[in-house]
Amino acid sequence: MTRISVKVDGTAYEDEVEPRLLLVHYLRDHLGLTGTPIGCDTSNCGACTVDLDGETVKSCSVLAVQADGSEVTTIQGLAHDGEWHALQKAFHERHALQCGYCTPGMIMAARDLLRENPAPGPQEVREALEGNLCRCTGYQNIVRAVLAASGQEVSS
Amino acid sequence: MTTTQERPVGFGRMPRKEDARFVRGHGTYVDDVRLPGMLYGAILRSPLAHARILSVDTSAAEAHPKVKAVITGQTLAGLGLAWMPTLSYDTQAVLATDKVRFQGQEVAFVVAEDRYAARDALELIDVEYEPLPPVVDARRALDPDAPVIRDDKEHQTDNHIFDWSAGDKERTDEVFAGADVVVAQDMLYPRVHPAPLETCGTVADMDAITGKLTVWSTSQAPHAHRTIYAMVAGIPEHKIRIISPDIGGGFGNKVGIYPGYVCAVVGSIVTGKPVKWVEDRSENLMSTSFARDYHMHGEIAATRDGKIRGLRVQVIADHGAFNATAQPTQFPAGFFGVFTGSYDLAAAYCGVTGVYTNKAPGGVAYACSFRVTEAVYLVERMVDRLADELGMDPAELRMRNLLRPGQFPYRTQTGWEYDSGDYPRALRLAMDMAHYEDLRHEQAERRERGELMGIGVSFFTEAVGAGPRKHMDILGLGMADGAELRVHPTGKAVLRISVQTQGQGHETTFAQIVAEELGIPPDDIEVVHGDTDQTPFGLGTYGSRSTPVSGAAAAVVARKVRERARLVASAMLEVNPDDLEWEKGRWFVAGDPDQGRTMAEIALAAHSNLELPEGVEGHLDASCVYNPPNLTFPFGAYICVADVDAATGQVKVRRFVAVDDCGNRINPMIVEGQVHGGLADGLGMALMQVIAFDEDGNCLGGSFMDYLLPTSVECPSWELGETVTPSPHHPIGAKGVGESATVGSPAAVVNAVVDALKPLGVRHVDMPLTPAAVWRAAQGRPLRTDLAIT
Repeated sequence: MTRISVKVDGTAYEDEVEPRLLLVHYLRDHLGLTGTPIGCDTSNCGACTVDLDGETVKSCSVLAVQADGSEVTTIQGLAHDGEWHALQKAFHERHALQCGYCTPGMIMAARDLLRENPAPGPQEVREALEGNLCRCTGYQNIVRAVLAASGQEVSS
Repeated sequence: MTTTQERPVGFGRMPRKEDARFVRGHGTYVDDVRLPGMLYGAILRSPLAHARILSVDTSAAEAHPKVKAVITGQTLAGLGLAWMPTLSYDTQAVLATDKVRFQGQEVAFVVAEDRYAARDALELIDVEYEPLPPVVDARRALDPDAPVIRDDKEHQTDNHIFDWSAGDKERTDEVFAGADVVVAQDMLYPRVHPAPLETCGTVADMDAITGKLTVWSTSQAPHAHRTIYAMVAGIPEHKIRIISPDIGGGFGNKVGIYPGYVCAVVGSIVTGKPVKWVEDRSENLMSTSFARDYHMHGEIAATRDGKIRGLRVQVIADHGAFNATAQPTQFPAGFFGVFTGSYDLAAAYCGVTGVYTNKAPGGVAYACSFRVTEAVYLVERMVDRLADELGMDPAELRMRNLLRPGQFPYRTQTGWEYDSGDYPRALRLAMDMAHYEDLRHEQAERRERGELMGIGVSFFTEAVGAGPRKHMDILGLGMADGAELRVHPTGKAVLRISVQTQGQGHETTFAQIVAEELGIPPDDIEVVHGDTDQTPFGLGTYGSRSTPVSGAAAAVVARKVRERARLVASAMLEVNPDDLEWEKGRWFVAGDPDQGRTMAEIALAAHSNLELPEGVEGHLDASCVYNPPNLTFPFGAYICVADVDAATGQVKVRRFVAVDDCGNRINPMIVEGQVHGGLADGLGMALMQVIAFDEDGNCLGGSFMDYLLPTSVECPSWELGETVTPSPHHPIGAKGVGESATVGSPAAVVNAVVDALKPLGVRHVDMPLTPAAVWRAAQGRPLRTDLAIT
């Protein structure tokens, strides 16, 4: 067992964990932060995407011990004082989610894109989200939502 | 966020009520459920496709300090649970006892304190196998020397499951004998997998004190699951509660009961603790319900001037090792009988033979509407083959042969009665949106330059909303659905439904149906689903049946409440009920609109000391069971534009135009989202998805490394159009739509790619149209895409 201290969505945690414990299981099973789901076992789907010290990572492919001393932001840390993040609002208004399972990772990946490129074009959005699979939406409304959240005019 | 005032009171583009929890990570999916003392299960799976089990040694696993139980086939056999019934009246091994019949089959179940320990313990189980030759090629499954897979079944001496046919064979043969033109084509609809982003899982909690079993489960049909658990495990049905919480997509994958669910229940009984089992992706792809796997031989007959006369089809259906296909009892090939499509034929016949192979069970899944995907793909490919043979434009050939609006309700040659349709209008709209003539000109120019550009057309008629209970049941359970509506004293309402959303937005749209009927704002209507203790019986969500069946039930139950409200209002206003007229949300006195009562006022009065007319019970609620008189038959016209790189075989879908007609649209925003998702499914199936097998029966599509799903980059920006042809028999004129795009789009993509390859002499390529498959077809050496044997 290894001792780790990590800050998640603004709250500091200290834990003893097995070195092999995946970050996603640490978040879900140890901290009860179940907003970050698991969709695959080969690092393809991106459902588990979180922010680790400003970098977007697939938390199924990071060990919890690697997050020692780090700051993690999950989907559950995006809204502040009940006010939704612009992406959360845009996803709702543009119907960019259906079952909601890819949504946390999708929003976290889109957040990363908009930090680096505040006014992306549609193709740039598509390429930025290539690591996030969605089975419900056919992506179109997700692209529209990300463009809308970036403050750009979106047709239709 | 929009306010209630801006939202429609009824049908319209209402943003979803579900989103508030999902966008903040506050949904509750099965793996989010945590119960006190909960243990974790994991399944040991067969590495071989076909082998006798000589021994299973679990002693080392049992000695693991965190392991609480190890369950084997022998354990289950002692409980009479080693085998379970399937939705096709076959049996399926829960945990293998005699032999394994597909790679990935369930052999043992470990229950441990955490999921890591459970997986560790799997490594400690020692199984001794004696390998047997596997049956991999469905087309060889009935060979006299093929090994018999189901030697567990008495009287089963080969791998034959069923023969089923529809239509008039003799008459069809006559039509073919007299036809000017006959075109034949073999085609495979390959085995694919619905691959919902959330895999299957369950948390089983048997309370030894109360004797009550609670099962949180990824179930599209929780009531059916409850009944089946009662039948299988002998637990009284009132002591079983199934809860389908939020489900991360189903797509038909989560209709049936899987061995993991049963093992978790047994694990909970054995340990006295709740047991969670959640499969990983590779387990999901290798062992849960696959889709398609139809080897089809199609023939189409026509006159020289392009009048389609007949269709004749023979199918070998690969059902895997256990026939667990989900469909109504009388329909072993689902609704494949709608293969006559959108055309007026003189005769049609199809025969389907189901066979066992050493593969995972399934067949009906992935938005197939009970094999309508296969039916539509067949007919739409055949029409394109005919157009090529006649030298006619495929859109023109379709336009000439489509059923006309005046022919509805139309009875097909295989006995289906299509409810309504205006097909030429939809096709014309799609062609206008695509600028079809311009596309053909562009194609001619590109062909001059040696470029490969294809235009694919698909016109489909769906068959959704199973179904009339007289003809349709699953395991003897009639396919009618219940609904219960209760208006509280303050005018807020709760609607309880028997269907189960997996992302299709039922919590929003069902509230809109009631809102439309009663004038109560949708935000004031709570839609309850998924908990069998809290909802009326019904068969769940699949086959795009929610709107046709349960949506009808919601409208009918709301109308019952509206009639009760009329009686209460008449007592309040001291007038005859016949003197009252309805406007949305309010009963008022005919000729005196100021004299009226709103639903909220009526609701309070219904619960008060107001004296009600004789026979009126008070309160404001109703229930109903809706037994649909027929299916609904939505339709659509799709046009795909694809470019093919001749050097590499790579296909790029440049444009995709989709016109859908599902009758009246409850929430157009949600319909469009359903269509977008289905189009992506169709594109994925056409271009990249397949679960293939090698000659040893190894599954070659068992992870997202090999089983490819379209990303945002492969999907084009979808161009949608709509026409509205209501279903005449449905209370609100609405048809199902969820699966339409998955059903209609693969043929459009394949037709486009084959159209592009036409200058190279290619007439057909089997899906998936990977660069390898396309390149090989262009070389005149087509791939057999289902087998990794060249």
